[in-house]
Parts: sequence; structure tokens; C-alpha cells
Amino acid sequence: MSIKITGTGSALPSLSKTNDQISQLLDTSHEWIFSRTGIGSRHFCEEGLSKLATRAGSKALADANCSPADIDYLLCATFSNEYATPSLACLVQQELGATCPSLDLNAACTGFIYGLEIATALLASGRAKRVLLIAAEAMSHLVDWTKRDISVLFGDGAGAVVLERGEDLLALTTSAIGNAAPLYAKNPQGNCPYLTQNEDDCYMHMDGKEIYKFAVTAMVQDILQVLAIAKITPEAVDYVLPHQANMRILEAAAKRLPIPEEKFLNNMQSKGNTSAASIPILLDEACSAGLIKAGQLLVMSAFGAGLTTGACVIKWSKNNIKSEN
Amino acid sequence: MVEEKIIEILAEYKGCPITEINIENSFEELGLDSLDTVEIVMSLEEAFNIELEITGELKTIKDVAAAITKLI
Repeated sequence: MSIKITGTGSALPSLSKTNDQISQLLDTSHEWIFSRTGIGSRHFCEEGLSKLATRAGSKALADANCSPADIDYLLCATFSNEYATPSLACLVQQELGATCPSLDLNAACTGFIYGLEIATALLASGRAKRVLLIAAEAMSHLVDWTKRDISVLFGDGAGAVVLERGEDLLALTTSAIGNAAPLYAKNPQGNCPYLTQNEDDCYMHMDGKEIYKFAVTAMVQDILQVLAIAKITPEAVDYVLPHQANMRILEAAAKRLPIPEEKFLNNMQSKGNTSAASIPILLDEACSAGLIKAGQLLVMSAFGAGLTTGACVIKWSKNNIKSEN
Repeated sequence: MVEEKIIEILAEYKGCPITEINIENSFEELGLDSLDTVEIVMSLEEAFNIELEITGELKTIKDVAAAITKLI
């Protein structure tokens, strides 16, 4: 049993800031940021993450020609929901007017690939016939805006897909190597009078060098592994849709893989790293731009805190005659 | 031997002749940023079949050569 993607959607907040604008607040420059990351600007979510996620979800449903009543499971991949509870999925369910079971999953930047895996299981078991998977993040809320080396990397956004039983997903792999040290973001610690709080440690921490090395290695291994499982040669791949963490990571991984770099799609220049949302946003943009056509072979690959990794091969079956949404 | 190999890898990475690289050079002097350093460390790990911890101590080619020599 496999699945197919019957609709895609994405949403970005209207507020966006360039590297030059950020350089007015922090001791940095466009040249410094762009040469190390490939990022030129990023969006900031003012409207609330659930509204952004709902917009992406609505667009995916419209693209799949179905209504909120037609979905029987709603999954949200996120770790930056403004509420610890209720889940982002429950907030989106309310805003969409859907009635199905709704659940968040957290695999950090790998959340979309993990979401595809869980959705496949729900569809295979017969528990669901149609799943709405939304990946949405408000990363700007988690980083320390006094730190120039980390705050500039991230952006806010949401991407979504509608999934049904089908034959698109040829192979999928996920992995986790539990290790918080190189990359973490802590929840608020509360104000319990009997416990000590460390207020300095409430923002995202990242060991950039360690993560760079992990990311490049993971992307190369996962892509080769998933292609081998799917029995697809690297030459047959039409596009790679990698997690949009950093252009330098993408280039380094591409260099080590037998797939030409021009097949690696990217949009981080105008969005930064939107964590779990990056792949479905990229997918929706590529569909809207007419890049992706039925019959093409797509590879997705992500890595993130956990440490988690995941990759999949999709043989695209949908005809992307899509109006600008 | 270790130093020569490092210089060879650096020259290839930078696309310059090996004569332009001196073992006393720091990565910064060679116009390499922190992510370039990681890339080079990854290439060195493959070349020497070792695992090299990336620390702030590794500033010059000489430092890296000493760290690698301890591991092989």
C-alpha cells in the first residue's frame, strides 16, 4: 500500500525582512548572512501560527477538490505552536470547520517526512481515507534575536498536502539518533517556587558546525538509501526537494551525490529555514510554477533536531494544472 | 606527509596552486569561513579515515596536522 498526493498548498506571512533590514538591528550584514546561508529574507508570523497553517491547509484542500468534511485525519508537523496545548492540529481543525481526529507530531525539521510516514500507516490501516498533513512553524518565536548567528537563519511559514491511497510513494526512510546537545529549544520552565529556572536557556541552541556535518552526511546517506529501496538510479531523479536549512549544506550534499546540483530545488533565499514547513512550501511552489509534472521522480530529504532524518521517493501522479492560490 | 595531504586538499577546495598555501596559514588567512572549515574537516576525515572533533583550537594547518597525527 502506498499513497498519493492529491493537493498541495502553502502560506507565508505578509511581514518579511531582508538581511539589510536585520543588519540595522544586529551587528551583521547581507554579505555575511548570504555568503554563509544563501538566505536573503525571511517571513514573520504576526497572525498566529494556526491561521497560517489553516491557510496552507485550505489551499491544499481546494487543490485536491475536497472540503474540510472530506478529511478523516488531520496531522500537523510542528514544534513551535503558540500553545503547549491544545495542539496546532486541533486549532486548525476548529478554524477549518473539520471534525476529524487531529494530532500534532514533532520531528523538528524532519516533521513533514515523518508526517508522510504516519499518514501512510493511517491510510494503509484503513483508519483514514484522506489525510490532511500540514507542516507549520513560527521559528522566529524560538530564536534569540540578540544572537546574530542563529536568529537570521530561520523564517515562518506553512505547507500542506492532501494524501490518499495511491501508488506515488515508492520508498520512505526515517531515523532518529537521540541527542539534544547539538540542537534544541526548551519549553517555558514555569514559575514553580520550589524549582530553579535557567532563564538564559529558553531559546534555540544550535552547534552550527556539528549540525552542518550531520546534515550533509545524513542527506547523502538517506538519499542513496531511499533510491536503493525504490530501485531508482540517481540519473532517473527529476528533482530533489531538500529541507531548506542552508544553501551551503545543500551544495555540499549535492557535490557528494551522483545527482546534478541543478536538480536540487531551493527557495531559502526568500524564506530562510522554515523547519518542517520547508519541503511542502517548496513542493507547492514547484507545482504552481509548473516544474513538477505527472510521471516525474521526486526525492525529498530532511534532517533536524532529535537528531532526526528522513527521505522519500515519490513518483508524481497528479496533473498540476493549478490556478494561482 | 600529513601536512602535504592537508595542503593538497585545501588547494583543491580553494582551486589554487599548492604553492599558495603555507602550513602556518590559518583558515581565516586563507579566506575560509567556519563552514568551509567543516567541509575541509569532512574531506580530511575521508582521506585519513578518522573522526576529527571540530574545536576552536584548530586554527592553522599546523594545528590540524598535529590533531590528525595523534589519531593515525
